[in-house]
Amino acid sequence: MNYATGSRARAVGGPIFTKTVVALLLIAALAVVLIAVRFALGLGATTAMNDGYAWGLWIAFDVVTGTAFGCGGFAIALLVYIANRGQYHPLVRPALLTSALGYSIAGFSVLLDLGRPWLAWKIPFMFWHWNPHSVLLEVALCIMAYMLVLWVELSPAFLEKARDSGSATLRNFAERTLPILRKSMLWVIALGMLLPTMHQSSLGSLLLLSGPRLHPLWNTPLLPLLFLISCIAMGFGAVVLESTLSSRYFGRSAHRDMLASLGGWILPIVSLFLLIRVVDLVVRDQLGALLALDRYGTMAAVEIALFAASIVMMRSQSQRLRLGNLFRASMCLMAAGTLYRFNVYLLAFQPGEHWGYFPSLTELLITVGLVAGEVAAFIVLVRLFPILEAGSSTTKIDPSPAGIGSTSPTA
Amino acid sequence: MGISRRFALKSVATAAGTALARAIAPAKADAYERVEPADDAVGMLYDTTKCIGCKSCMTACNEANNLPYDTRGESAGRWHMPFDLNEYCKNIIKLYKDDETGEQSFVKRQCMHCVDPACTTACMLGALYKAEHGIVRYNADLCVGCRYCEMACPFNIPKFEWESRAGKIVKCELCAHLVAEGKLPGCCEVCPTGAVIYGNRAELLAEAHRRIEAEPDRYVPHVYGETEAGGTQVLYLAHLDFEKLGLPDYGDRPVPQTVKTIQHGIYQGFVAPVGLYAMLAAVMMRNRRQQSEEDTKDEG
Repeated sequence: MNYATGSRARAVGGPIFTKTVVALLLIAALAVVLIAVRFALGLGATTAMNDGYAWGLWIAFDVVTGTAFGCGGFAIALLVYIANRGQYHPLVRPALLTSALGYSIAGFSVLLDLGRPWLAWKIPFMFWHWNPHSVLLEVALCIMAYMLVLWVELSPAFLEKARDSGSATLRNFAERTLPILRKSMLWVIALGMLLPTMHQSSLGSLLLLSGPRLHPLWNTPLLPLLFLISCIAMGFGAVVLESTLSSRYFGRSAHRDMLASLGGWILPIVSLFLLIRVVDLVVRDQLGALLALDRYGTMAAVEIALFAASIVMMRSQSQRLRLGNLFRASMCLMAAGTLYRFNVYLLAFQPGEHWGYFPSLTELLITVGLVAGEVAAFIVLVRLFPILEAGSSTTKIDPSPAGIGSTSPTA
Repeated sequence: MGISRRFALKSVATAAGTALARAIAPAKADAYERVEPADDAVGMLYDTTKCIGCKSCMTACNEANNLPYDTRGESAGRWHMPFDLNEYCKNIIKLYKDDETGEQSFVKRQCMHCVDPACTTACMLGALYKAEHGIVRYNADLCVGCRYCEMACPFNIPKFEWESRAGKIVKCELCAHLVAEGKLPGCCEVCPTGAVIYGNRAELLAEAHRRIEAEPDRYVPHVYGETEAGGTQVLYLAHLDFEKLGLPDYGDRPVPQTVKTIQHGIYQGFVAPVGLYAMLAAVMMRNRRQQSEEDTKDEG
């Protein structure tokens, strides 16, 4: 298998500043203004976070949920390089781009959230101060390293463009760099699987310290395992979403058959999550709390039902080959994983009766703006660089809005 | 599909192995070393039956720590009137009152100076650390303002300077700067009834038990903090259930025990991550070799 080159990906081309991109950038620009306000006025004046809920939307969504969506690269890499399913290779680059952008947004959000972000450089460099017990330190170092790994994994796409460019300097650089990358990429990719295994599970371990103040429906030593398994499922969901939308937006193949088979791999993983989640509740004698009709029981039930619904939708290959069905199943998975993370970080966490939290408008608009910027960056980058596989397949979808839902297995 | 599912499960098993090992690890008790209070550990003993709620300890705390008074909200600039511990308040007297039973008690809240604290376990660069005499201290130079300590502390103690553009963490440091000069912490210095006293933890514990023994009707027969959450250096005597005073029954298990056990179980000597890395690379190399053999065959 060729790790660095030999991709059949081609730049999509076309105009950069389409109406969609401009609209997305305007939303992102609003976020930039609000970010300036956040730094000018401080966290207290601009966010709803408080001494009870010291972590809010930016941690729960941008970091904890966003990086799980960014695990598409991780999930596909496991499949292609470890399970040796080379035929899924066309999914690798778009998945990597989604991951790289998702993780970059997460890293940026952390800087917004920190009270003293100008000291953040001390985290990677002041190693003699590292606290070996700190899960957050492990998460921070791993995510920083993984961000780097993702962009390196993606770099052949940029170098291939440079190789074909008019500038001799760029061409030379690419000609010299690509072979080096090709030789060493295996080690980078292996790192690209090790790091998410470590930090995605640790995003669950983080709240083990909050255990005494966590609602028993979610307070389990299995948090790291549940976070790790669900991030793979959520990454898959993100890949299906990205593939389906790319196919509609750029008229490229949705890789329906590939996604359907991939769903066959994800099915046992989601089932495993559900099994562990439910058995854990039974063993810890929490079924009563699950069935109690309070907001905790209800939210846990909704979260479990969403996971179960995605399993039902993906239960057989014929079901998965219906792209609309697969798309809905993936959205369901992403919603389930998101709810699970929000439940753990915001609902289950109980600092005391007189504390409450709902994100401020500034927090919400900044998050929305960052996501808009991420989507715009994705569109621009696939237009400029060889990310998406060229050529259409037999499963090109009908570009009409109904196309997502109506594609039949024989289309 | 059968074969590819098997492959899928295998590859996930590889990735999940780490986490699984972590999850099982708590069974091994040796991975966590229980922290005992130091011989020279200092602390405070607070006795609800002696506290008259005068709050002089609150203003003394702000003075001792050079902290501005909290005159926001209803106080309208006239009184130091914090709603709870916050960036202007490291020490607060709260009132518990039940109108039906007529039960009433004041309770003083500040950092408990845990024997094995969650906050120092959480802190990335050790900005919060166990200093001399087991006092939990704060070094702003190493604090990035992530607020994980606030998420971790089971007693809701560390507070953040939300109104600042360079927010630091604010919490009781047992007036370590005064103690070093042989003086008393601000609150203990001014308390007119001796409701809060400062001293060596072991001696305070003995004093607490002596009081319970001398007047068993006066107290709930338990010293809060002796064993709670692995033990704290601030101890409480009360005439009402501690739970009612906002001191929950956390059991004897130190809060960091679960996470320390799991993290140590898996990251000890970094063997597991390096092993997993080597395994991932080995599988990839095998796959690549097989692929190139197949390619050669195809060409031949």
